[in-house]
Amino acid sequence: MSVESKVKDIIADQLEVAVDKLSKETTFEDIDADSLDIVELVMALEEEFDLEISDQEIENINSVGDVVKYIESKV
Amino acid sequence: MLRGKNIVVMGVANKRSIAWAIARAFNAAGAKLAFTYQDERFKDKVERLVNKEMPGSLILPCNVATDTELDNLAAKLKEEWGILHGFVHSLAYARKEELDGLYADTSREGFLLAHNISAYSLVAVAQRLQPMMSEGGSIITLTFQGSQRVVPNYNVMGVAKASLEASVRYLAADLGPQEIRVNAISAGPLRTISAKGVKDFNRLLEGVEERTPLRRLATAEDVARTALFLTADMSRAVTGTVLYADCGYHIMGT
Repeated sequence: MSVESKVKDIIADQLEVAVDKLSKETTFEDIDADSLDIVELVMALEEEFDLEISDQEIENINSVGDVVKYIESKV
Repeated sequence: MLRGKNIVVMGVANKRSIAWAIARAFNAAGAKLAFTYQDERFKDKVERLVNKEMPGSLILPCNVATDTELDNLAAKLKEEWGILHGFVHSLAYARKEELDGLYADTSREGFLLAHNISAYSLVAVAQRLQPMMSEGGSIITLTFQGSQRVVPNYNVMGVAKASLEASVRYLAADLGPQEIRVNAISAGPLRTISAKGVKDFNRLLEGVEERTPLRRLATAEDVARTALFLTADMSRAVTGTVLYADCGYHIMGT
């Protein structure tokens, strides 16, 4: 499975949105994710991809595409 | 081990919550459980988790900052169960800006808020639920060694946890004659949504694994087993203490 579809699955599962509603351009604001949702999402991503996302890096992640780009740069 | 026991679990936020691991252990040991949630944001999440794995459990609102909600919790439990054998207090809060930078910069408001939610709430819940613990019981709270030593960015939460641990001792003395035991588990460090609120928490975990005597990090399941011990009859002479479920990390000098 591609990083993108994996990321979308995790976001859909964590934030309870339909996978087909997510595109690379979807921002967290679009899907009403609050700061706790973001933290939960980060934890799920760290677990799934076995990596650590620093607080500074989280601040630069605002959309599905940002997440995909970040993960791809790390794995 | 906990068959026939009615226990309240406060502080489930998601499946990684320590409170959730404890609930699973208590459920497996035969306890009947009630869960509380802080506000509407957590209601759905708690309901989904609980109804899937432990249908039939009570799920009740309780924002510990509000006296009327605490009163309502006590009234509801009295109505539903009448008798209670213990509760697990696994909640804390400090503003994000206070979990970053200097403790010296803590605001009065931030200090009071952290102490209100993280320490006073134990007292507030204990005073309302202890009348229902007529067969004796066990009260457990969760703490962290940032209460005893300086942990970067833990700041006001460390000071609130020190207050919480002192409250455990005073409550244990007050409630002991009714055979209610009060203890704290000093957990972790482990990855929970609360821990993630502490600035650069990931960096704090670096190298801990190699330094603990058991050469690993404690897990939520490890903490849950300690909670089971502290609630069951096995620990019937243990009260007023802080038990470390941290793979021995607290004894190390570095």
